[in-house]
Amino acid sequence: MPQANQHSNSPTRESKKLLIILVLVTAAMFGFAFALVPLYDVLCNLTGLNGKPANEASTTLATAETADQSRTVTVQFLANTSAGMPWEFKPMLSSVKVTPGESRTVEFYVKNRSDHTIIGQAIPSVSPGLAATHLKKIECFCFNQQQLEAGSDAKMPLVFYVDPELPKNINTLTLSYTLYNVTETAELTPASASNQGS
Amino acid sequence: MSEHHHAPSGITRWIFTTNHKDIGTLYLWFSFIMFFIGGAFAMVIRAELFQPGLQIVNPDLFNQMTTLHGLIMVFGAVMPAFVGLANWMVPMMIGAPDMALPRMNNWSFWILPFAFSLLIYSAIASIFGFGGSAPNFGWTFYAPLSTAYGPASTDFFIFSVHMMGISSIMGAINVIVTIFNLRAPGMTLMKMPLFVWTWLITAFLLIAVMPVLAGVVTMMLTDRHFGTSFFSAAGGGDPVLFQHVFWFFGHPEVYIMILPSFGVISAIIPAFSRKPLFGYSSMVYATASIALLSFVVWAHHMFTTGLPLAGSLFFMYMTMLISVPTGVKVFNWVATMWKGALSFEVPMLFAIAFVVLFTIGGLSGLMLAITPADYQYHDTYFVVAHFHYVLVTGAIFGIIAGVYYWLPKWTGHMYNETLAKAHFWISTISVNVLFFPMHFVGLAGMPRRIPDYALQFADFNKIISLGGFVFGLSQLILLVVVIKCIKGGEKAADKPWDGAEGLEWTVPSPAPYHTFSTPPVVK
Repeated sequence: MPQANQHSNSPTRESKKLLIILVLVTAAMFGFAFALVPLYDVLCNLTGLNGKPANEASTTLATAETADQSRTVTVQFLANTSAGMPWEFKPMLSSVKVTPGESRTVEFYVKNRSDHTIIGQAIPSVSPGLAATHLKKIECFCFNQQQLEAGSDAKMPLVFYVDPELPKNINTLTLSYTLYNVTETAELTPASASNQGS
Repeated sequence: MSEHHHAPSGITRWIFTTNHKDIGTLYLWFSFIMFFIGGAFAMVIRAELFQPGLQIVNPDLFNQMTTLHGLIMVFGAVMPAFVGLANWMVPMMIGAPDMALPRMNNWSFWILPFAFSLLIYSAIASIFGFGGSAPNFGWTFYAPLSTAYGPASTDFFIFSVHMMGISSIMGAINVIVTIFNLRAPGMTLMKMPLFVWTWLITAFLLIAVMPVLAGVVTMMLTDRHFGTSFFSAAGGGDPVLFQHVFWFFGHPEVYIMILPSFGVISAIIPAFSRKPLFGYSSMVYATASIALLSFVVWAHHMFTTGLPLAGSLFFMYMTMLISVPTGVKVFNWVATMWKGALSFEVPMLFAIAFVVLFTIGGLSGLMLAITPADYQYHDTYFVVAHFHYVLVTGAIFGIIAGVYYWLPKWTGHMYNETLAKAHFWISTISVNVLFFPMHFVGLAGMPRRIPDYALQFADFNKIISLGGFVFGLSQLILLVVVIKCIKGGEKAADKPWDGAEGLEWTVPSPAPYHTFSTPPVVK
């Protein structure tokens, strides 16, 4: 049994050892809080929940054989800008009707209303969340950062199709983009300047 | 052993003390002060809700009051009170001369006044109009309310949470090291009093989840000022992530706030039933099971965020599973009282009230665990009723029971029985007048955290507010009882309760400054 009769302010050797272990556990749990961030994203990507679609091009292409001609799905488009983003941003069409498997091209309009060059990044979100993985993007302005000179405008393309695997009970999808001002962080990484879009 | 410099007098005694009893006293007084400050904020809330319409405070100040009431009660009143009880009682219960890391003990207490000064300063600045809004996003500080839309004082709040987290973690480490290394010879783990056991498990919970809380407020800080986007959808983050990380901390946190009370009640009920605790080892295992389950139930706070069916079912079943070990505890307490020679001194009265009223809170928790039902109850006063039954009549009644039980040991005097009985009866009746009707208005659809409400809730809210005022004021009786007991009163015997068990009753009353300098031998 550990010695307990020495009343002193100096902890014993065992106490110090246990102290160090517990401090390490504390540090590890602090790290675990941050590890939850990628873990959460992994889980969202695996399940396609929470409207967090993968922000990259779909590897499978739509083909005529897989198209499901028996129904149509309405895809609605929303465009928002975040605080501190002085761009006009809107879809050219507010919604389109598509047959699952059929690929479509739509365009979004952007205009830089400020007096300086700004780099923007669009982040997609799909509602309902369970349908997020079924909206496949073949080409999207959201894959890259966009740069606009002061006062200039552009039309940005989106090529997508709706996966025929989409559950039958879902007949309307909403694809929402939020445009984010990333000028400061983009300048810090010159590498990203090369793959900027139009 | 060298003669120690005995308790230096004056303020330096308290600032530099490394004595577990002094630090326990500091913690207990600190939490008592915070209890009254948090209570005063609750009185503002209840005064505003006394009748429909906006009378006393504007909606922004109302939101600040609900936020600060929650934060101060959770982090300022309940948690430090438990650490205070642990400081006083754990070394005496296991036959240790002091806590294992006495200097760290001093530090962990003295961080707290600074942490809460930051938080309360923002409230004072807001109330007296020389600063902006105090934190106003609810104690759960959901993003983006606390990130994109948080007032400037949110940064005070973030650093305050960092400091109180450091304090809790140091306190928890100290408890673990003390229990593992300083037990008297013969005091095996399975002979430890249940209060020591529940605190050991609580300390592990604290070490596991307080760093996660620190992590989540750090993410808030970098989101607010350093361009990260953990919780901002625009930058690729997700506000729902905040809720997952927060409740990963938050659910174990609610067990942190109840397990030590289980320990206190498990000491008191056998003492006044004059029987040993029924099912000691099952109590230990039940406590450990509750602690483990607390890590896999967090999303039951988030049923309405759109969880997948499988997730909802998992969290629903896991939550319901917690009622099994909790039920083991409640039945063990009842079985301890069964055919016991009961007497109803004030600690026992509070303990019995705890068992009955905590069980009501547990049952409403079981109702909330049912996912489809939760869609109706979510963010209504039903939830407010539920967590006040488990926190006020659970955690705080447990603390008060412990205070009455050990007050003779701490002060050397018996408390005033008449005043203490008055405190019990007024508190127990008013707390039910306060919280029970909240179930009804919640089921009828009254939302929480709203300064105004629809007319049909007016009558019940008037009753609730009246109960609230009486309950709040009746806690002043406890203050009077404690002060009178410190100043004098009937001399307490070493063991004032004839059925009490444990090493703490083998030392004189009041407990001398140093106890168990020579370890006792436990058979």
